[in-house]
Amino acid sequence: MTQAPERTRPTSATEPAVGRSIDRVDGAVKTTGESEYTADRPYPDIAHATLVHASIARGRITAIDTAAAEEVTGVLAVITHRNAPPLKPPAARINPFDLSTMAAGTKVNYLGSDEVHWNGEPVAVVVAETLETAVEAARLVRVSYAAEPAVTDFAAAEGSAEPARGIPILPEGGRKGDAEQALAAAPVSVDMRFTTPPQNHNAIEPHATTAVWDGDRLTVHDSTQAIDFVRRHLALRFDVPLEGVRVIAPNIGGGFGGKGFVWAGTVLCAMAARVAKRPVRLALSREAVFRTVGGRAPTIQRVALGAERDGELTAIVHTGISQVGRVGGMPETVGRQSQHIYAARTILVRHSTATLDALPNSAMRAPGEAVGTFALESGMDALAHELAMDPLELRMRNEPESNPLDGKRFTHRNLRAAYVRGAQRFGWADRPLRPRSMRDGHTLRGWGVATAFHMPIQLMADVTVRLGMDGTVVVRCGMQEIGVGAATVQAQIAADALGVPVEAVRVELGDSTLPVAPMAGGSGQTATVAASVLRACEELRRSALALARRSSRSPLRGRRIDDLVARDGGLFAADGSGETYAQILARSGRPSLEGRVGARTSVGRVAGQVRFLAGMVGDQRRQVRAATGVHFCEVAVDEDTGEVRVTRWVAVFDVGRVINPKTAASQLRGGIVMGIGAALSEATEVDPRTGRIVGAGLADYHVPVQADVPAIDVSWLDEPDPTTPLGLLGVGEVGISGVAAAVANAVHHATGVRVTDLPLTPDRLLG
Amino acid sequence: MIPVKLRVNGTTELLELDPRVSLLDALREHLGLTGTKKGCNQGACGACTVLVDGERIVACLALAVQYAERDITTIEGVGQPGHLHPLQEAFIRQDGFQCGFCTSGQICSALGMLAEHRAGMPSVVTPRVDAEEIELTQPEIKERMSGNLCRCGAYDGIVEAIEEVAR
Repeated sequence: MTQAPERTRPTSATEPAVGRSIDRVDGAVKTTGESEYTADRPYPDIAHATLVHASIARGRITAIDTAAAEEVTGVLAVITHRNAPPLKPPAARINPFDLSTMAAGTKVNYLGSDEVHWNGEPVAVVVAETLETAVEAARLVRVSYAAEPAVTDFAAAEGSAEPARGIPILPEGGRKGDAEQALAAAPVSVDMRFTTPPQNHNAIEPHATTAVWDGDRLTVHDSTQAIDFVRRHLALRFDVPLEGVRVIAPNIGGGFGGKGFVWAGTVLCAMAARVAKRPVRLALSREAVFRTVGGRAPTIQRVALGAERDGELTAIVHTGISQVGRVGGMPETVGRQSQHIYAARTILVRHSTATLDALPNSAMRAPGEAVGTFALESGMDALAHELAMDPLELRMRNEPESNPLDGKRFTHRNLRAAYVRGAQRFGWADRPLRPRSMRDGHTLRGWGVATAFHMPIQLMADVTVRLGMDGTVVVRCGMQEIGVGAATVQAQIAADALGVPVEAVRVELGDSTLPVAPMAGGSGQTATVAASVLRACEELRRSALALARRSSRSPLRGRRIDDLVARDGGLFAADGSGETYAQILARSGRPSLEGRVGARTSVGRVAGQVRFLAGMVGDQRRQVRAATGVHFCEVAVDEDTGEVRVTRWVAVFDVGRVINPKTAASQLRGGIVMGIGAALSEATEVDPRTGRIVGAGLADYHVPVQADVPAIDVSWLDEPDPTTPLGLLGVGEVGISGVAAAVANAVHHATGVRVTDLPLTPDRLLG
Repeated sequence: MIPVKLRVNGTTELLELDPRVSLLDALREHLGLTGTKKGCNQGACGACTVLVDGERIVACLALAVQYAERDITTIEGVGQPGHLHPLQEAFIRQDGFQCGFCTSGQICSALGMLAEHRAGMPSVVTPRVDAEEIELTQPEIKERMSGNLCRCGAYDGIVEAIEEVAR
């Protein structure tokens, strides 16, 4: 929770911390096993829960025989819809003034009825003294069903897809001119169909919850990317006062969107603890994660591009069908980036959804763009091939001055510079235009390029910053550490804002008793919290000056805040006069100074959210803010087996200002690694007859291993975005966008074969 | 329940265990050594890697009773804050992790791997198994560390950290 600097190189107070590659402040605890994750907190009388999953996709439970399970020594409870304590249903619709109303990934009220909504839905929870007993007993629960006709085959449901509906803050699709007509009239065009499979986040930490009741008070340890969502959702569902619910999540073992919603395990663990009347832990098995936590939806996409013979784009058509569950889910907005990347005369972007009796999908790293760029950027490569033009040259030629769809201004965009730098670092100029021109025995080599694009969100965060007499600073914010180095980068930001060494700053996070933070998602946590940290530090500096000015002996007497800089642990004017915070505090007899951002009342909170939403809508009407980049890669394809190896990777990003190059590079590389997985190996296999996920484990779902990825060269332009705090844009998601296309384009260059279905497995290449 | 003497990080403890208890669960639930993580419980991710008599194993696929009176080393026995092992320091310097969940397994696995290399064990990418000395190249490290998944994708930093210590 508290993460103090451990072994960072000592710095002089005047050297800025922002922009420096400092080691993570939680490095020592994370490399020694000391950092606490959800399933690590011991409770002396803890009981263990496990789930029983439905084996049909839709229907009713006709009987549940729990007798054998209950007879197992050590079983404390077998909870089914017949004996589960009733819960309040999840919020029926999303309230924009209370984003926690979107916390539930589904409208299903778990164990609330005999209905089954997807194959794998929890139908029973077994609670026992030990994990071994719980697992044994769960296997003895016998469930009978009356199955009803279910839609479980996404490919077959394509024809039933219906247009997706937008919401005011996120309009659906886009249209400029008559793209279909322009496409038909284009001298050169491509019209392609792409498919992408379901994917799962597969954070290495499976979702876990420990729930402890004390009367109506509930303490929950939960692996969540959204502490406040969990807290509010559980208070709603269990109909208990919000003040009595505490959520603790000091470290999250990876999220990628999979821990953004409150899924079954969290709710059912709290229910189990209530029934068993003792602390209960429900650490999902890997299989249970697959069956109860929604992943990325499968998509079917059409990308059609029309161009003049010189490469000028005349039409972009990008439409997509994605899967949603009958009981929840959201469209995978695959065409979003296609409104923003290339200057085309006409554009058509449209999404639709096919409804299945399946686990609702959720957001997975760069929802929309991660798989949408596969189609768009593969299409650009195919068009370049048709034009006999270098694919990078085609992109350069269509780089827009303003937002292609509607002419809004870009807050900042220098993609052209990223293209140039990336091409230099990679040696792109040496690329032969013709496919199959780089052979090395049985190995065919190819080079591919693709553009990366992601629009980070910005939310609201409450923060307090306190500076003590001894010069130490404590930043408090209930944000989530999912691996981004949240404490490290906010310590850097606060250090500079107050003019103290970064070692003097301690960051407390991961607890709902701290000021409320937004979810870690949408590449928005760092910028969101940074904005509040900066404001709180400013308030603190003003308080310090106000305090100093009360004394006639202070060199700051008569000074205005704008004349002062924060450095060397205090406030100083250009002529060197000034004093330290410690001197100011000592003279006044005050123990500390505090700066604070956040509503003090619930009315104030709603008012703040109204202001925030109004600002956000206004911002979106005026301008487009995005992180961009470019990927270059080399693949080696075994001509005989069709095996693809990625052998080289260069990526250059335009992500605004980078707070910590070390941690930012790691996040960007991580996105690329996940993208290589999506390109070559990742797919959640679903039996289309039953809707059952087959191979629900890491032995069958192949995430990239060490040997699958080369050393990855990442760099960035480091140009601040003029419209964000410190000029930073989120780096969590842009890295994955474009990756699968870069690989597929390199494979085409190597082999002459255009694969349009992910993952790009040897059968698809040879077939 | 059966009595099992487990020697972990130099300390012997007598436990009464259900014979079905895995070594991983014994460490975490019975000895309070939660640094070793459960990522998949089926031997596919490597997060639970520990050292037994210096060799790396996945503790989720081992029954605790099989490892009575063997020398087990977990991440807690490798180093602690303030007394870090050079490999732990290198992981921090090279940013060989993000969320940290797979890190205990990565570090234990790397220590086992380095010992295997010192003992002259080849890997599937070793160019010549009869060579006097096998060079620990990046491809060698990557191959030998491919049993440890890192979903955050900190693979570059992990390799650099291992290279730094192997030098």
